[in-house]
Amino acid sequence: MIEILPDKCDFCGCCVGVCPEDAIELKEAEINIMESLCTNCAKCVWSCPIEVLVFNKNGAGVKV
Amino acid sequence: MKKKYDVIVVGAGPSGSMAARFAAERGVSVLMLEKDRDVGYPVRCGEAVGKEKLLEFIEPDRKFIAAEINKFSMIAPDGSEVVLPLDQTGFVLERKIFDYELAKTAAVAGAEILTRAYVNGLLFDGGKVSGVKYEYQGNQYQVESDIVIAADGVESRVGRWAGIKTFIDFRDMESCVQITAGNITVNQNTCYFYFGQEYAPHGYFWIFPKGNNTANIGLGVSGIIGKKRSALSFLNDFMKKNYPDAPILTQIAGGVPSAVTLEKISAPGIMLAGDAARQVNPLSGGGITSGMIGGRTAGTIAAEAIKSKNTDHIFSYDKAWHEAVGKRHEIYNRIKEGIYNFSDEKFNNIARSFSRIPLAKRTLGNLFKTALIHNPSLLIDVAKVFIVK
Repeated sequence: MIEILPDKCDFCGCCVGVCPEDAIELKEAEINIMESLCTNCAKCVWSCPIEVLVFNKNGAGVKV
Repeated sequence: MKKKYDVIVVGAGPSGSMAARFAAERGVSVLMLEKDRDVGYPVRCGEAVGKEKLLEFIEPDRKFIAAEINKFSMIAPDGSEVVLPLDQTGFVLERKIFDYELAKTAAVAGAEILTRAYVNGLLFDGGKVSGVKYEYQGNQYQVESDIVIAADGVESRVGRWAGIKTFIDFRDMESCVQITAGNITVNQNTCYFYFGQEYAPHGYFWIFPKGNNTANIGLGVSGIIGKKRSALSFLNDFMKKNYPDAPILTQIAGGVPSAVTLEKISAPGIMLAGDAARQVNPLSGGGITSGMIGGRTAGTIAAEAIKSKNTDHIFSYDKAWHEAVGKRHEIYNRIKEGIYNFSDEKFNNIARSFSRIPLAKRTLGNLFKTALIHNPSLLIDVAKVFIVK
């Protein structure tokens, strides 16, 4: 599973722009991954400039 | 606030503000919604812009110009520096103030503006977009319009809800991080660009002066690099090595969609502008003036459509944009893809060759020519830059 570390987030929107599933919602200073839509494709993790999106311990099945 | 507007603009960046202004100037009713509390903040930009294009939109004012640029300096991986005097000068902006001033021009033209209004859905009428849903201070509202212009930035979702494929390939997303720091003793009229594996593979590293020895220092790297290393780790390494004690005034992150414009930037009742439409120069990553041109084009066509009571007129926007800027971006994109694959050695060789050209004779054209000697396959694309107007 992909997790957002909200305390580190700058709310820049890179992850939203690359998400093929429209699974990330960004408000002024609030960001959420909609788990029901997320496919763990990891594009958001690779596109985050400041290491805010990470795989948590349950992460599995992600092709890198 | 009305129940219905002729045009609703989502996002009050440079592109949204120009869409709102040029529509309102033509006498149609306009509402511009911005999700953040302030127009212009947070900044997500290197803030460099060319003067000539900017003048089409606003008179330069000291309050939003941090530095005037008359030289580029390119630093090759081996540290050799090539200075390029510019025929056309540029600026490093204070985007916080600049964006605010642009929004004011939209307000002066008659557009209504609401901040902290987060658009979270679209209204439809028989398959055509007919307005937006938005959250404001915890409550949900909706407002109708004949045309929605989505200028909602790199994180654009509004277009997706209308069925336009807007998400960007992660390889084309330049993920950027930048600090504004003090005590950076660089020439205050020069923009510095660093190339190579150490600084910013598949992208570039920049230092843009902001006056009084403050500067924007940052970089962008493609998602291909981001798989292995974040932009932040490159920046931290650079600062540790070069400016370990510099006071950091601010640190920001942001994404630049460095690709060609979306295949489709209009659909029934909706137009996309700015980063949302991927109207960024993919070679430089510059998107301020191209986004403003996109916004102006969208706003003007939207107003014409309303005036002529023919909303299908908005579909002419795709072609108008392509002719004005989009086709050039296609060429820039091919050059970008060539340069991305340059090895450090190639950058070093180009710098060495170019530095033999006397300073007075150096032009951007010469620089491209020098790059060509080392990479003839770029010839056709570079030639097009100087032929296509």
